[in-house]
Amino acid sequence: MNVKKVLSIAASSLLIAAMSAGCSSSNGSSSESTNNNSNESSSAAPASTDKLIKVGIINNDPNESGYRTANDKDLKAAFTKENGYDASFAYSLKNDEQITHAQKFIQDEVDYLLLSAADTAGWDSVLKDAQAAGVEVILFDRTIDADESLYAASIVSDMAKEGQTAVDWLKSQDLPSYDIIHLQGVMGSAAQKGRSGALDDTAKELGWNIVTQQTAEWNAEKAQQIVQSAIDSGKEFNVIYAENDDMAKGAVAALDKANISHGVGKDVVVMGFDCNKWALEELLAQNWNYDGQCNPFQSSYIKDIIDTLESGGTVANKTIIMDEKGFDASTITQEDVDNFGI
Amino acid sequence: MAAKPTTQDSFLSRLLHNQILIPLAALLLLAVFNLIADPSFFKISLGHNSNGDPVLSGYLITIIDYGSELAILAIGMTLVTAASGGQDISVGATIAISGSVLLRVLCGTDTRPEVLHSPIIVAFLVSLLAAMLCGAFNGALVAFFKIQPMVATLILFTAGRSIAAWVNNNELPMITEARFSYFGGYIPGIPIPTPFFIAILVFIATWALLKFTNLGLYVQSVGINEKTARLNGLNPEIIKLGTYVLLGVCVAVAGLIKVSRLSTINYSVIAKDIEMDAILAVALGGNALSGGKFNMSTSVLGAYVIQFLTTTLYKFDVQSDALSAYKAVVVIILVVISAPTVREKTSAFFRKLRTPDGAAKRG
Repeated sequence: MNVKKVLSIAASSLLIAAMSAGCSSSNGSSSESTNNNSNESSSAAPASTDKLIKVGIINNDPNESGYRTANDKDLKAAFTKENGYDASFAYSLKNDEQITHAQKFIQDEVDYLLLSAADTAGWDSVLKDAQAAGVEVILFDRTIDADESLYAASIVSDMAKEGQTAVDWLKSQDLPSYDIIHLQGVMGSAAQKGRSGALDDTAKELGWNIVTQQTAEWNAEKAQQIVQSAIDSGKEFNVIYAENDDMAKGAVAALDKANISHGVGKDVVVMGFDCNKWALEELLAQNWNYDGQCNPFQSSYIKDIIDTLESGGTVANKTIIMDEKGFDASTITQEDVDNFGI
Repeated sequence: MAAKPTTQDSFLSRLLHNQILIPLAALLLLAVFNLIADPSFFKISLGHNSNGDPVLSGYLITIIDYGSELAILAIGMTLVTAASGGQDISVGATIAISGSVLLRVLCGTDTRPEVLHSPIIVAFLVSLLAAMLCGAFNGALVAFFKIQPMVATLILFTAGRSIAAWVNNNELPMITEARFSYFGGYIPGIPIPTPFFIAILVFIATWALLKFTNLGLYVQSVGINEKTARLNGLNPEIIKLGTYVLLGVCVAVAGLIKVSRLSTINYSVIAKDIEMDAILAVALGGNALSGGKFNMSTSVLGAYVIQFLTTTLYKFDVQSDALSAYKAVVVIILVVISAPTVREKTSAFFRKLRTPDGAAKRG
């Protein structure tokens, strides 16, 4: 009995030792690899005497949408070694995975942590860790529910403003009646809330008729089915207010199938958001009427802030709202498509 | 006189034990519900699309149109389920891969080509190959490495959409060629949606394959008892692998339809959650999810019933993010019905109902 007990204790302690050894060795290797990275980067740019600014960037999956792809491309182009940055990227659509990445970046002692959070909640403790480690946090694209003192700046799109710009445009069209199919994004997302809110308020105020209000979850196929269903049931409508370009495209596919004309001077007004290049081309061809921009080019704003902080300055206003436009099919030019298409 | 009740009994019990009862009952329930709520649900009208071609429209047409990809997947999923006693949960992700490959071959590196870089049939064959490879990968893990199907296919389920994005360099190609939109839309002059024809074609082809090669029998025997099948000279590994490759073919066809519908692709949302609907279709078709005996046609019927449900819910403006909750209710009912204890209880109940009656007559 005793021998067995001793043996089992020995075995389990051995296991634990092995596990902790495994942990420490993996830690060691990861720190080694980061050391290697910094060595490499310093050897790669021996001419520059300045130390590279170490940046950890946590973003959503770049495959999520054209917006995210453009956003990721913009960041990758901006934070290069040539520009004096040593950037690491981590992607996830899940908040807990993002938090793990953030903790790793803090351990790796990055100078700046750039964060586009998947979810607004749950970031307090990580941000406190960052503050303790002297890491400056800059939020981009998405805000979080945390005290302003925990981050250096937050660069965001004002979705409500985007929605209001679009709705004001719709109001200015002075249609004889407003019967609207409203295709919403994933419920609860900031873009959905802002863009839906603007339409809901104005519709209530001016007595616009919302024929169908459905979430198509940013998905073109779902949007097609929802509009198809509205057509099948013989509902009358003259406006499609889709909260992104993909859903507008799905809606238009259903309209085409039922021979309902759409675009400038036609039966149905089509509105989209995000300014994908192909969507702006649809505007140029007058098949759609309006597209609202959601600016994915945040890197220049982020760089300004890093420059300010590096030179010892402070950011006066922590929430920075980017400039965003709305395009009208009757005034859009090829130049706009080239400059603002994503 | 004495013979009559027995034939009735046997007819009733035959119907009760027939697989087709479940999807048929569900279909009937939905149809009656719609008939009462709004008979215009069944109205079909002939119109024109914006190209001036004749098209039929109405809810029923919408159902056979959008339900077709699911029906095609259900065919393959039934075979996989029967042979390996598990399900492939990577079909949505592999649709993304095969669709991406299809567009890559058609577009080359140009995201918006004026002319297609290769004939559609060539592109489809390449995407078919890609989907069959994915199927073979899943099948090999299941057949040779004896990994549980759900775990084995979890790999592609997780990685598939990233692979799809990588195939096209994260670009979202778009095709303007009208001919490409025929597969997910209408062939000029034919007012019935093409996906429905494709689904019928796939069904007939698979049925013929199973019928004339004994493959159906082999799949069934492997599913029922692998060891016995081996003793009878079958090679269970090859047969399992074969069913996964066959599912790959179904995936490629479904991918073609999906991509053709909008002439573009969105890797993260294309065919989202379709694997769950495909598995549900198999279950709704009365097939045992643990493998063995199977019936392909009831699965196909199950697939259209699911689309019927979806379309009905859309008609009544149910919030589309709540759709899965309604499907969950269907799953719960199915699970309860097919649970052995419930089956025993119900058959005992029916026997009890009949015996006193029969005894009285005999007496």
